[in-house]
Amino acid sequence: MEKLIDQIKQGKVWSIPGGIHPPGQKLQSTTQAIARLPLPDKLVVSLKQHIGANGKLIVEKGQQVLKGQALTKPSGNWSVPVHAPTSGLISDICPMPSAHPSALPELSVIIEPDGEDNWCELNPVTDAKALSHDELVDVIHQSGIAGMGGAGFPTYVKADTRKAIEFLIVNAVECEPYITADDMLMREHADGIIAGIELMQQLLSPQLTIIGIEDNKPDAIAAMEQAAQHNDSIIVQTVPTVYPSGGEKQLIKLLTGKEVPSGSIPADIGMLVQNVGTLFAVNQAVHEGKPLIERVVTVTGNTIHKQGNVWALLGTEIKHLLDCQGFSPVPQQRVVMGGPMMGFTLPTVRIGVVKTTNCILAPDHQELAEPGDEKACIRCSACADACPASLLPQQLQWFAKSKEYDKLNEHNLFDCIECGACAYVCPSEIPLVQYYRVAKAEIKEQQAEQIKAERAKERFEARKERLEREQEERQNRHKRKPAAKSDGEKQKVADALARVKSKSDDKDSKSAVAAAIARAKAKKQGAELEPDNSEVAKERAARKEQARKYKEQKALEQGEEGVDKDDKKSAVAAAIARAKAKKAAQAAEENTSAETDAAPKDDKKAAVAAAIARAKAKKAAQATEHQTEADSAPVDDKKAAVAAAIARAKAKKAAQAAENQTEAEEDSAPVDDKKAAVAAAIARAKAKKAAQAAENQTEAEEDSAPVDDKKVAVAAAIARAKAKKAAKEQAQSDDSSQQINDSNDEADAKPQSDVPESSEDKKKAAVAAAIARAKAKKAAKEQAQSDDSSQQINDSNDEADAKPQSDKPESSEDKKKAAVARAIARAKAKKLQQEGNDKS
Amino acid sequence: MTLFYALIALGSLALIFGLILGFAAVRFRVESNPIVDQIDTILPQTQCGQCGYPGCRPYAEAIANGDEINKCPPGGEATVKKLADLMGVEAKPLAGGEQADPVKTVAYIREDECIGCTKCIQACPVDAIVGATRQMHTVLIDECTGCDLCVEPCPVDCIDMLPVKETKQTWKWQLNAIPVTQVD
Repeated sequence: MEKLIDQIKQGKVWSIPGGIHPPGQKLQSTTQAIARLPLPDKLVVSLKQHIGANGKLIVEKGQQVLKGQALTKPSGNWSVPVHAPTSGLISDICPMPSAHPSALPELSVIIEPDGEDNWCELNPVTDAKALSHDELVDVIHQSGIAGMGGAGFPTYVKADTRKAIEFLIVNAVECEPYITADDMLMREHADGIIAGIELMQQLLSPQLTIIGIEDNKPDAIAAMEQAAQHNDSIIVQTVPTVYPSGGEKQLIKLLTGKEVPSGSIPADIGMLVQNVGTLFAVNQAVHEGKPLIERVVTVTGNTIHKQGNVWALLGTEIKHLLDCQGFSPVPQQRVVMGGPMMGFTLPTVRIGVVKTTNCILAPDHQELAEPGDEKACIRCSACADACPASLLPQQLQWFAKSKEYDKLNEHNLFDCIECGACAYVCPSEIPLVQYYRVAKAEIKEQQAEQIKAERAKERFEARKERLEREQEERQNRHKRKPAAKSDGEKQKVADALARVKSKSDDKDSKSAVAAAIARAKAKKQGAELEPDNSEVAKERAARKEQARKYKEQKALEQGEEGVDKDDKKSAVAAAIARAKAKKAAQAAEENTSAETDAAPKDDKKAAVAAAIARAKAKKAAQATEHQTEADSAPVDDKKAAVAAAIARAKAKKAAQAAENQTEAEEDSAPVDDKKAAVAAAIARAKAKKAAQAAENQTEAEEDSAPVDDKKVAVAAAIARAKAKKAAKEQAQSDDSSQQINDSNDEADAKPQSDVPESSEDKKKAAVAAAIARAKAKKAAKEQAQSDDSSQQINDSNDEADAKPQSDKPESSEDKKKAAVARAIARAKAKKLQQEGNDKS
Repeated sequence: MTLFYALIALGSLALIFGLILGFAAVRFRVESNPIVDQIDTILPQTQCGQCGYPGCRPYAEAIANGDEINKCPPGGEATVKKLADLMGVEAKPLAGGEQADPVKTVAYIREDECIGCTKCIQACPVDAIVGATRQMHTVLIDECTGCDLCVEPCPVDCIDMLPVKETKQTWKWQLNAIPVTQVD
């Protein structure tokens, strides 16, 4: 090692195999200092200007940015940020042609400079020596520095290497013809570069730093030697001019005599190569706080008037560079980014300068002729002699042509640095490098596909496994479930049996469910109603008297109005109502007696029964009260009278329903626990509603009116349908048919109240109502078939008779539609009942 | 007596070798036919079922058992050629008359048309579609093998097979050079 360093210090330079000596063409662009250009109209800053992932965009369209402000934030592996090259407005963020031979669009930030060129706040480091390794690496990272020699490898990754670095090699060779960007930079900013080198030395602590410069740049060599004088660990080494000595591996071989093994990186053998431009950017970032926003670009070629180097802001369109330097294009002008050997022809000049753009070459047809036709290989082996990587270009060429990719791998195609020396020397003008590039791309694609296929296979197998597992689980679940179900069913059956037993044990005191229902009902009736029967009876008698008077009065009034038919009917209705009220009163009294009988039997049960009885009594009382209310109220039209009659009838029915319903529940419970429970709940709700409905039909309408929205309407329809079902079951099992009548009336009344709503509002509700009505009809039919047409039916028939007629005048006053619908529904219900009666 | 010793010697040798062979048969047991694995790596793993088998591996097994090698349209002629080399048979044109160099495609769901029926999710052999019932579905382009299997079950025909977009990584150089000629 010591020996090697001594040798290097003595100025020993090794040699590389192959290499060519193309004309330098560098003098024309080194006559002038690096020029500053006027600000372009717009800057197209590509988010990806390096090898690795894009940064994460942190600016947005329309935002004002300052010079040096970060546009992206590093995220993920090898991602470095880009910065605003000048202050201005972000006019757009969109994919733009990228600096790539394909010019495939790459997401770019388009900045319209405001001409101010205002810097953002800079944080220069005054004492870099005080910075820790990580802090320094972070500064380099955040400054967006990527290799400026051509590859664009993120510098912070190299600077943060964990491998021991023996030699830091500074690449100032610039071997490609035409390009003088590094040469000019060294001439003008040698101190800055040396400062950058010292920062790298601080990070990597190499034993020796070697600056390799080709001997065709005497000015640069002098400048660098001058600048590096103070630092003994920096050696400026002059290397002979041969292309491609500037290749990383070639330069290492030239300066240290060591070879980087195939497939490994220089750091593996303790070497690290940095370009002078990169080191200058590091210096700028650390000592001046300026991120990488500009670079030196050589603008040259015979079509350029003012050939030379310029400081180009990243994102400056190539067209702007050409225009500023005086550009007189020839027909079929080619503009090459990079040098003539490794550069590529740009598909468009509206591409922004990126971090790796070192040269723009606009040659005329003499200096860079169009390639001639490819001729047959004559096996002269000139290419093999020229190859700096000691490959066999002609073998590779044949394998590439025949797409024998495994053979290409065997012949180390991936050690080819694509320098183009073989194509340059080929007498048959075979574009060898292009063949290798295509072959490399194919191989990479195949490898990518292989990886993808492997992953697809994994995912496919994982999925298969998952499906099998799921199926197994499903089967297991099926096996387990029936057992669980049977347990639950047993329990349900047992419960049902117990309930039936308790029911048969004591008829008066029904099950707890019935009690609960009764309690709920009792609550509904309100606390102000007293259970004292005698008082109620007295009140009732008084009311009856009143009612009679009012009826007479009303009949008179109606007579005055001159509606004879209606008068008659309403009188009949009133008579019926009175009869019913009496009946109800009797029923209430019976109930109270039943209460007293049942009381001594069982304390708890008796209490429950009492509650039920009380509830019924109250209901009855309410009904009678209502009757009087309805009658006494100076509602002089027939509607009120009829409504009162209906209300009374319903109140009575509801009272009976309470009893029957609990029975029905008992019966239906064992059939289906869940269903019955739901039905019971609904039935309970219905019973309550019925009580309310009895109070006032208009109230019911009011209640349903706010139920504007669809869902509630549909829910109501469903509830109604279910109530009907429950009623059906009950009708099948017991003799008294009143509930059904009741529920029919309800069903009739409800859809009617829904109709105006639905006509205003939603179709669905109407449909639901229609279904509910249809069900009501069905229920009525069945009921008619099963029972022996009790008096109640007649009653309700009478009611139904009375109503449509009495409704007629109302319709003119009120909602026409609702009335008509109601009339039709009721008429239908009547018809059905009559049919049922006929049958029975 | 000599004969007896010879028999014992030979018998014991036979026993020893037999044990060694028996042990080796258990110890170095090959789970599956190695040729199947080789064929499987050549197949493109799109799991598309266009060969008539439910996935690439079943087809690999079928080839190992003597089925035709030209039933893989996604693999194209290249796959047929590789299979022919491996199996030592003649390369044939693709059985369905498909193009020799198939265009790589990926599924694309027109998301505003998707009704969230999950049928494509169930059809995807590599779980490359994400979504939930009544939620929009989308394709993980990186995982999609372009097998077409999701197109058919879609009730609203909102899945397109789009050719894979060219990126800088997949872009290939055109065969034209930038030679430098001597200017004297």
